[in-house]
Amino acid sequence: MSITVDGINKRFGKFQALNNVSLDIPEGKLTALLGPSGSGKTTLLRIIAGLESADSGQISFSGQDVTGLHVRDRNIGFVFQHYALFRHMTVAQNIAFGLDSLPRKQRPSKTDIQKRVRELLELIQLPHLAQRYPAQLSGGQKQRVALARSIATQPKILLLDEPFGALDAKVRKDLRRWLRNLHDEFDFTSIFVTHDQEEALELSDQVVVMSQGQVEQVNEPIELYARPASRFVFDFLGQVNVISGQVKQGSLSQGTAWVTLPGVQHKGDAQLYLRPHEVRLATAPVAHANLPLRIEAVSLIGSEVRVELRPEGWQSEGSDNIWEVGISHAECNSQRPTRGDLRYAVPQVGHLFTGNDAQPATVNWAEAELAPRVRLIS
Amino acid sequence: MASTRARSSRSLQHRRVGDSPAIKWLLIGIAIAVTAGLLIMPLVVIFSEALSSGWSTFADNLLDQYTLHAIGLTLFVAALTVPLNLVFGVALAWLVTRFRFPGRKLLITLIDIPFAVSPVVAGLLYLLLYGRNGWIGSWLADYDIQLMFSWPGIVMVTVFVTCPFVARELIPLMQQQGSEEEEAGVVLGASGWRIFRTITLPNIKWALIYGVVLTNARAVGEFGAVSVVAGSIRGQTNTLPLHVELLYQDYNVVGAFTSASLLAGIAVFTLAAKGFVEWRQARTLIRLQAQETA
Repeated sequence: MSITVDGINKRFGKFQALNNVSLDIPEGKLTALLGPSGSGKTTLLRIIAGLESADSGQISFSGQDVTGLHVRDRNIGFVFQHYALFRHMTVAQNIAFGLDSLPRKQRPSKTDIQKRVRELLELIQLPHLAQRYPAQLSGGQKQRVALARSIATQPKILLLDEPFGALDAKVRKDLRRWLRNLHDEFDFTSIFVTHDQEEALELSDQVVVMSQGQVEQVNEPIELYARPASRFVFDFLGQVNVISGQVKQGSLSQGTAWVTLPGVQHKGDAQLYLRPHEVRLATAPVAHANLPLRIEAVSLIGSEVRVELRPEGWQSEGSDNIWEVGISHAECNSQRPTRGDLRYAVPQVGHLFTGNDAQPATVNWAEAELAPRVRLIS
Repeated sequence: MASTRARSSRSLQHRRVGDSPAIKWLLIGIAIAVTAGLLIMPLVVIFSEALSSGWSTFADNLLDQYTLHAIGLTLFVAALTVPLNLVFGVALAWLVTRFRFPGRKLLITLIDIPFAVSPVVAGLLYLLLYGRNGWIGSWLADYDIQLMFSWPGIVMVTVFVTCPFVARELIPLMQQQGSEEEEAGVVLGASGWRIFRTITLPNIKWALIYGVVLTNARAVGEFGAVSVVAGSIRGQTNTLPLHVELLYQDYNVVGAFTSASLLAGIAVFTLAAKGFVEWRQARTLIRLQAQETA
């Protein structure tokens, strides 16, 4: 079932939670609603579910208008942020609740319900916990029971509100993979809300970035990361290094620092955005850039080494005035970066924002570089 | 030197700030004295006075027709009041915890009016409104309906005086539990009644019972408001607390104490029931926590 959101507005008192939001959720896809808190993502999800009503606008499932349809009759699966398991019922009773609630004519027989509950318990790999109460389960187990409960009546649409928000990192990773498999197996149209960009990029087929009640950008994860349409999306999708300055004769400069901009005609104010993996570190300036930085900290982040640097003789955009560059362990071992060392940033791919123009221009130096290096982006 | 310091640090380990034994035992002593003097002694006196002329007098006093009528009327009033306030309390708690509307905070404050107002004042207000010369009462009198100085008046003021108990118990609990479970029920297709019966009610069960126990205790023992609207007509509008006063004024001290001992008995029973409910609630909580850590 595809979902169409058309011109939805929602106010809470004076606060405009959603401002004319329109969206197409394709059938069978896993879509992430990504945004900071207060961006309206949960409100949108609740309006799609029918738990909240919009002030104006229309929701349709497969082209059929469901705006006026009661949540009870929409047949959707909904997983709540804090699971909302019925605390006075066992796991089995929780899972059976939706089936028990069906009108008498559609309700399966008692034995069929028991059979279905057993199947779902197998699916979530918790058949031994059927008679436990929610308070006796761990966070990850509760989440799986909540999922089983929501899909017991075989809905076509599955909505999840911050499904992994309250879980620790390891469980979160396992559950993400498990949810992805479940989605592929059962052919749902799923939407999940998250504020974690990593989760959105890893898990979804399509990401909807929201900010202040509006949709900022909709795209596939890889495209979204490679080509953010606005400064907001750029900032929100992870660490970014920014130098702002004046563009003159195809080169951006600020104080003693400068970087050439091949193929850019613009003149005047501009900001250059670079992801940590789009920058290399060298011990001397190169032909296309002179961006001196002093190393502030070197920290090991799992499979990568993160180097934090402070601009030397120029200013970075942003409050902390810090650049971050990710290097591999091999590079770290050969170069031995140490706090206080001077390094030169070598941009490879960058994104230039000019004036109030929201769309950035992509700048690529790697092709121009004399000795191009192949680097695996982790 | 070193050993002194070690010793003093060891004694400090046992004692926390503000944990001085002198103050502790002083407070315990005061608490025991106050409890004995103000609570236990009077309770003992009630029963000993009631039985001062022997068991047969006690039985005679108890089986006196006016006493029996007073017992009957008191239980009748409680039997009407408790279900009324049960429904009212649940509905009110549901309203203020599940809906947002202007004046909600004000309503929560207004619930406490019966606690804040002296029961005598409450009784007078009802008399002014519903009495034969009152605003509503004079209109009702035209249809030959008399509320004051008969049992409906007693029920009305008792309902007023006891209406906060159930709501007061439920509101904090329902606020803390939130409405997510009920929302989950709706999404799963359950009807409103099914949600209330299978999700809400089991979650508030013990708080509800606790509220009912308190309502019942107050409904049985209410004196001030009832004395204003009942008129203490022996054999007609005389509840047990009013009966105690009437007998005492008749210089029938033993009779007064006999009826009083009944009320005290109900109070002791209520306390036991309340203790049991609290114990059950605590036990459920401990069991759940134990299982959570296991």
